[in-house]
Amino acid sequence: MANDPQRYTGMAIALHWLIAIAILCTFLLGQYMSDLQLSPAKLKLYSYHKWIGVTIFLLVLARIAWRLGHRPPAPPPSMAAWQHHAAGAAHFFLYALTLAIPLSGWLMSSASGFQVVYLGVLPIPDLLAKNKETAGQLKELHEALNWLMVVVVALHVAAALKHHLIDRDNVLQRMLPFLKQRSVAK
Amino acid sequence: MKFPALALLVALALSALPARAANVDYAKSEITFVSKQMNVPVQGRFKKFTAQIAFDPKNLPASKAQVEVDLASIDTGSSEADAEVGKKGWFNTSAFPTAKFVSSSVTQAGPDKFEAKGKLSIKGIGQDVVAPFTAKRTGDTVTYEGGFLLKRLQFKIGEGIWSDTDTVADEVQVKFKIVTTGDK
Repeated sequence: MANDPQRYTGMAIALHWLIAIAILCTFLLGQYMSDLQLSPAKLKLYSYHKWIGVTIFLLVLARIAWRLGHRPPAPPPSMAAWQHHAAGAAHFFLYALTLAIPLSGWLMSSASGFQVVYLGVLPIPDLLAKNKETAGQLKELHEALNWLMVVVVALHVAAALKHHLIDRDNVLQRMLPFLKQRSVAK
Repeated sequence: MKFPALALLVALALSALPARAANVDYAKSEITFVSKQMNVPVQGRFKKFTAQIAFDPKNLPASKAQVEVDLASIDTGSSEADAEVGKKGWFNTSAFPTAKFVSSSVTQAGPDKFEAKGKLSIKGIGQDVVAPFTAKRTGDTVTYEGGFLLKRLQFKIGEGIWSDTDTVADEVQVKFKIVTTGDK
């Protein structure tokens, strides 16, 4: 794809939305499955949740690698310095959380005595031995990180909408290929 | 000369008996199993069981083993599953509290290697099983280690929705380690 300085690359856009959808799905799945009574369906859903988590982790690594080779488009010059910092911090947190949450889930699963077998075929080694107390602490960590993620994603979405609806700049268009770019005074 | 005759009779009777049962050291013995859930191996064990073992490698036809497992003492690996497997569709422990293995023959399978054939009864269902095992002696302590593949559906362990083997595999690897002392 041609390098458009106003847009993220096609790969970055694809990974962003793919990861966003996967996170939304597995977050909702995680909320739903933990209250279920034990059943074959519950065991399946737990496995799917873990598989999606591993997939997200891998996609985020791919995205970071891609980003290192493809700098994101420059933010609009109209943005205040504090907004640059806020956006930078939010993006850093999003990357960190999208890695930390699957990691905490994997460790929690190991500590609970359930190895993660990716897609039912690839066993991921257990870093932690089974330990009920550790498992409980990691479960709380996994949940706390998720709620932190909800807050950061809410800010991220609110900021994107604010740019689009209030500032009326091209920040959202950088990540949404089907939105027409506006001609904004530079 | 009543006494020597009686002694002879007792000696004869003893030699006809199966090999003497040894004391089981339960602190060092264990019955564990690995079940597979969504292809994830999960370790479990039974905390309570009794074993009677009379084993003499020089007199295998007289060797015998009988193991009785308290099914309610199961530790499946998760408390959620522990509560589940006592139910009717699983072990139905209120009606069938124990699993029992009674050997019918013990044969040599190699140096220090043996095979115990016998009947395993769970949930009122008896199935023939063959359990290869090793017997290692140090002093008067003998360690028996072995296992066999149990097909849970043959014993109706996990009926109804749980009979779906894509979620919980049919094969359960059962392992045992039984340590006896005072064996001469």
